[in-house]
Amino acid sequence: MLSRVADNLYWMSRYLERAEHTARLVDVNLTLMLDEVGEGSERRWKRVLDALAYQGEHGSLTDGYQIAQELAFSRENVASVTFCISAARENARQVREQISSSQWQRLNRLYLQVTRKEGADEGGEAQLSDFLLSVVDGIHLFQGVTASTMSHGEGWHFIRVGRYIERAQASVNLLKVFHREFGAHAEKSLDGSDYLEWIGLLRSFGAFEGYCTAYTADLNPDRILEFLLLNPDFPHAVRYAVDSLRNALEAVQGDGRLRRAAALSRVAGKLQSSLNYGQISEILERSVQDYLEAILRQCNEIHSLIYEIYIHYSIESALVS
Amino acid sequence: MGKTSPGGIYFTAMAVPEIQEFGISGLQSYQFDEIYDEMFEGPSQVREHYRPLFETLMALPAEEIRRRKHSADVSFLNQGITFTVYGRREGTERIFPYDLLPRIVTNAEWSRIEQGLTQRITALNLFLKDIYHDGKILADGVVPREVVYSCKQFRRQMRGLQVPRDVYVTVIGSDLIRLPSGEFVVLEDNLRVPSGVSYMLNNRRVMKRIFPQLFRRYGVRPIENYTQALLGTLRSLAPSQGRGEPTIVLLTPGVYNSAYFEHAYLARQMGIELVEGRDLLTHDNKVYMRTTTGLRRVDVIYRRVDDDFIDPLAFRPDSGLGVAGLFNAYRAGNVTLANAVGTGVADDKALYAYVPKIIKYYLGSDPILNNVETYLLTDEAQRNHVLANLDKLVVKAVGESGGYGMLIGPASTAEEREEFRARIVADPRNYIAQPTLGLSRAPCLTDEGIQPRHVDLRPYILFGEKVTIVPGGLTRVALRKGSLVVNSSQGGGSKDTWVLNS
Repeated sequence: MLSRVADNLYWMSRYLERAEHTARLVDVNLTLMLDEVGEGSERRWKRVLDALAYQGEHGSLTDGYQIAQELAFSRENVASVTFCISAARENARQVREQISSSQWQRLNRLYLQVTRKEGADEGGEAQLSDFLLSVVDGIHLFQGVTASTMSHGEGWHFIRVGRYIERAQASVNLLKVFHREFGAHAEKSLDGSDYLEWIGLLRSFGAFEGYCTAYTADLNPDRILEFLLLNPDFPHAVRYAVDSLRNALEAVQGDGRLRRAAALSRVAGKLQSSLNYGQISEILERSVQDYLEAILRQCNEIHSLIYEIYIHYSIESALVS
Repeated sequence: MGKTSPGGIYFTAMAVPEIQEFGISGLQSYQFDEIYDEMFEGPSQVREHYRPLFETLMALPAEEIRRRKHSADVSFLNQGITFTVYGRREGTERIFPYDLLPRIVTNAEWSRIEQGLTQRITALNLFLKDIYHDGKILADGVVPREVVYSCKQFRRQMRGLQVPRDVYVTVIGSDLIRLPSGEFVVLEDNLRVPSGVSYMLNNRRVMKRIFPQLFRRYGVRPIENYTQALLGTLRSLAPSQGRGEPTIVLLTPGVYNSAYFEHAYLARQMGIELVEGRDLLTHDNKVYMRTTTGLRRVDVIYRRVDDDFIDPLAFRPDSGLGVAGLFNAYRAGNVTLANAVGTGVADDKALYAYVPKIIKYYLGSDPILNNVETYLLTDEAQRNHVLANLDKLVVKAVGESGGYGMLIGPASTAEEREEFRARIVADPRNYIAQPTLGLSRAPCLTDEGIQPRHVDLRPYILFGEKVTIVPGGLTRVALRKGSLVVNSSQGGGSKDTWVLNS
């Protein structure tokens, strides 16, 4: 496969994952806004922006609805759902002969849907929420179409690499921001507003039902952290994402023809082990922030190595092997 | 009720009772004049091979026709079958306008076209070989040297360079038009990077879905083997070095090119890599592409990038679309470029006037398909004639394509004519003039019902081991009423072309 194509598929997938994550996060926080007003809401939107590594001004922070609008529809703001979908579609357009026609049509339709929505929509929160959910739906459809119409070869593996590295990073970012604020007084039993915040966190991962199945509806901060970080079965848990990432990377390497890929194997394996064999008590005893920070660092390293090995390698290194 | 206008005869429902049944107010103001109409021999007289289509149209309610049209539009939109328009915001995509009614060509008409094009392409290819090697035709004075050497598309870098099988032009799209007499003539040849073949293939696919019964009833010759034939042609041109199965790629300028959709489509249909310049590199006069598993050698490049941009070291140094060192690898015989570099000299509009002589010179026979009468503006007598008749003629810049840089005399303003007059006087070699042609018209589905619109025909010719022409081609339509310009960049559309079995 052409390096450029791998690059485009990787980013197409990352952008879609990012759009889904953002859409869900914004929708959850819109719902939470209903339950209270004032300071709580403002802090919450600040967290959302932090978790999305939002670069712009935080000026209009008081108006949650406006922030949500911006994060949904803005065409210029790189953090917005619309921007991410446009970027994913642009990446797909560059390689449209590499994906199936159904995939392209699905993504193109999603793109037309979100870009047509922009500007015309002043319909209020219910409509905004509908929009966000329809985006999540559209992305799920795209993933279904991808799984069932695309060859499960190298391109498919790169799509998975993109999806899971993005998911791991976005999830860890969100956990980090959330934990910084609520982790310190997590000892207390959850009541009132905090209770809502923790539910919000679970919902941001689409994990409320998953958590209840595993631990009952009895919300406990340590368990929530354990579930979101270390659960091997839940698709939006960090461990699940990293397992899948490792798996996809191995598949990309195939029969291991590239000696240059050894470094990548090592870093990904190390990250996976730390999640597979890590225990929540241990992590809590040391520093959750450090632990999360380390995961982010390793994800970045994996990203750089992917580029070094598959995409921007030097001619000399390739001619030798 | 019958009314006439200076331009032609319009006929109304009164004249032909059966037409009243047609749901769309339809044929009521269908225009007849001296122009050849593809469907009607005259008012109320349908040509034999159009009769089944005509009957189908009469039988279908207007609503049903609109529904089918809508279904075709949706199909094009969702597939993103689009092209890019230059001169607007970069990367503006538009759906390629598409007309629902097929253009039908009889088998007899087609076999003449086929023979004529084969003859023409064979001669032009011999001409290219000649001018880049011995130059016999120039020495014999059949074609003046200055016409060839003054052509911007002449590439001196090609002198003495041996190309595989002596094939310079591999993929050709020649534009034919039908004169009022019913004769097909060649309007121009596209020997560089002709486009549009993907629309031909997609039009057919959509038509089969929309008019299945009609299609079956007609017995239409298939065109679906085009991509396979193209692949076979490219394969037959691989450098013969016993490297086993050659690696073939399609080189595109990228997604902002107006024909990008087509590049992607063809690459996919052939199962070859679609590469951009940045995917390729040269090392030791060999061409490689950058893949995730390392560098892979490339043997044949079906390039859809113009000569100028293909190698910044050999041609335009500011090109970011090409591959540095590609021309040297080509010169070394390590890679095949299709089409070869420098073929544009043979589709120069000034050289066009000499094509009948070129055919006679190399093949010893008269052209089967004639040219359109062409005035060379470097000749003083012809130039004066043209300058005196600018309002009646069509003036074209020799190096331009896509309908850019044209003056259509009868439709022009006095200022435009003055502008062109100045340009011609300043650089006569850069322009030619032709009479305003009565391009034939074919019925199209428009907002005002069924209306005749001007059409041309671009068949696609493949030249490798042998000449292959899939029966049909792209019928381009000037969708704007009265317009003679069929180029997609200028508001043209297309329709499917059916060549009949018998």
